[in-house]
Amino acid sequence: MSVTEMQPAPIVDLEEQSYARAKRRESIAKWALPVIMLALAVYLWDRVVVWNQIPHYILPRPGLVIQTLINDWGMLSDALWVTLKITLMALGVAVAGGVGLAVLFTQSRYFEMAFYPFAVILQVTPVVAIAPLIFIYVDNRLTGLLLCAWIVAFFPILSNTTLGLNSTDHNLRDLYKIYGATRWQRLRYLQLPTALPYFLGGLRIAGGLALIGAVVSEYVAGTGGIGSGLAFRILEAGYRLNIPRMFAALLLIAATGVVIFTLASLLSHALLHKWHESATKKEN
Amino acid sequence: MSNTSTIPPMGQRDELLRMSHVDKVFNGTVEALRDLNLIVNQGDFISLLGPSGCGKSTALRLIAGLMRQTKGQITWNGGVKEGDLGVVFQEPTLMPWATVEQNVWLPHRLRGKSMDDVRGDIMWSLKMVGLEKFQKSYPRELSGGMKMRVSIARALVTQPRLILMDEPFAALDEITRHKLNNDLLMLRDKLKCTVIFVTHSVFESVFLSDRIVVMAARPGRVSAEVPVDAPYPRTEEFRTSAQYAELCRTASDALHGAMNQHGERASA
Repeated sequence: MSVTEMQPAPIVDLEEQSYARAKRRESIAKWALPVIMLALAVYLWDRVVVWNQIPHYILPRPGLVIQTLINDWGMLSDALWVTLKITLMALGVAVAGGVGLAVLFTQSRYFEMAFYPFAVILQVTPVVAIAPLIFIYVDNRLTGLLLCAWIVAFFPILSNTTLGLNSTDHNLRDLYKIYGATRWQRLRYLQLPTALPYFLGGLRIAGGLALIGAVVSEYVAGTGGIGSGLAFRILEAGYRLNIPRMFAALLLIAATGVVIFTLASLLSHALLHKWHESATKKEN
Repeated sequence: MSNTSTIPPMGQRDELLRMSHVDKVFNGTVEALRDLNLIVNQGDFISLLGPSGCGKSTALRLIAGLMRQTKGQITWNGGVKEGDLGVVFQEPTLMPWATVEQNVWLPHRLRGKSMDDVRGDIMWSLKMVGLEKFQKSYPRELSGGMKMRVSIARALVTQPRLILMDEPFAALDEITRHKLNNDLLMLRDKLKCTVIFVTHSVFESVFLSDRIVVMAARPGRVSAEVPVDAPYPRTEEFRTSAQYAELCRTASDALHGAMNQHGERASA
């Protein structure tokens, strides 16, 4: 009873050679193309400003934006830190709350029936509409911002994780039953691993949403001074017609979003690449 | 060719399990099983053969304790303990996030045993199915036949008194199926285990079992029992022997008989 693996044939024909070439080209293009296109877009932006002689208080050149970013780094980095803090805290609470609620939902159908409507109502009501109310009732500004960002971010985690926890293979469920698994064992060894890819998908969405929630709620919260985030800096710079600084702050927000998304994707790959279809390369 | 109408008293021979007058009704109307009587002795290899809807999988699920019978009794000689039962489904049913050895560990793990405590059992079990070199592999790295072997290893790891197999090889190609059939008989010879094997292949049931229970549908019931009086070990030569052909014809006739029989309700 021995099992032998098939050895790949060493002969490579023309078709496979061209296939290999195409694959190599693609792997280079995957990185090169986005970089070239981005650089081209920035260059075009610069040229458009120069050719049309647009004044910098209408549309600054990219170079000026970078320069402003460096010059105002002290103020902008403080603001970035505030926004980042709110985003990450909201994401953390969204993960804890979303996964926790999802586990409770799958443990008790009645609990789900009772509380799912609340989750949906929170999700479908635009945060911009809720935020002013929240800032009336919540005195602490940080808590208010956190609450707004959390409302936006937690739903994808809740709904994805719930879906994942309910997606266990029915034969595996039977098997667990036959072997006398406890509720806790089933949750830990079967449901949570099954839900992991779903959760990570939710996390990628929630990361971006937490940032959006943090920025939007700060627009609503409005008050400035010490401890204000990037959104307030954009508003403030807008009042002062400091367009380059608006762009610089915007650049930081976009970069933050990209970094959060990338980190979530990397985490996803690290946790799934050994076994999940979405993260495994096709082997030929 | 009637049901086992005379049931000897409990405890004779090396009796393992008996189902007596078992009925299962779904939704109050669908008769999945009617008056099923089955005695499983130590070392039996019984095939449940029948068309779809004859209740053979239902019978298996009742034995596994996944559902309860509407009427009748299912009795284990000496009672049933944890680890007495091994199950193999039609799909390999492996956890994709776990390695081969972690998958085989599952029955022990659910009884609170650590990997270190049962590593010997796991390796023994993997060796039995010829996969001892693949303990660290993930299921997706294995072929369909190899996944099924892991599934069998998992069923063996507690050294169960009874192994239930629900069309385990139905989704495999013919060559792999033959190979696994041969290996299953070798395992059975080595371990002297008791197997109930659900299938809808006449050839598979004749090759594997020493008793074929032919079932009919609507309502699901036993229609005939065909003893397979061919000695073990059975090898590839048995597959082409005249005796095998003859036994296949008998089983096939019994199956056709079962399919042409009408239920009492239909004929009434």
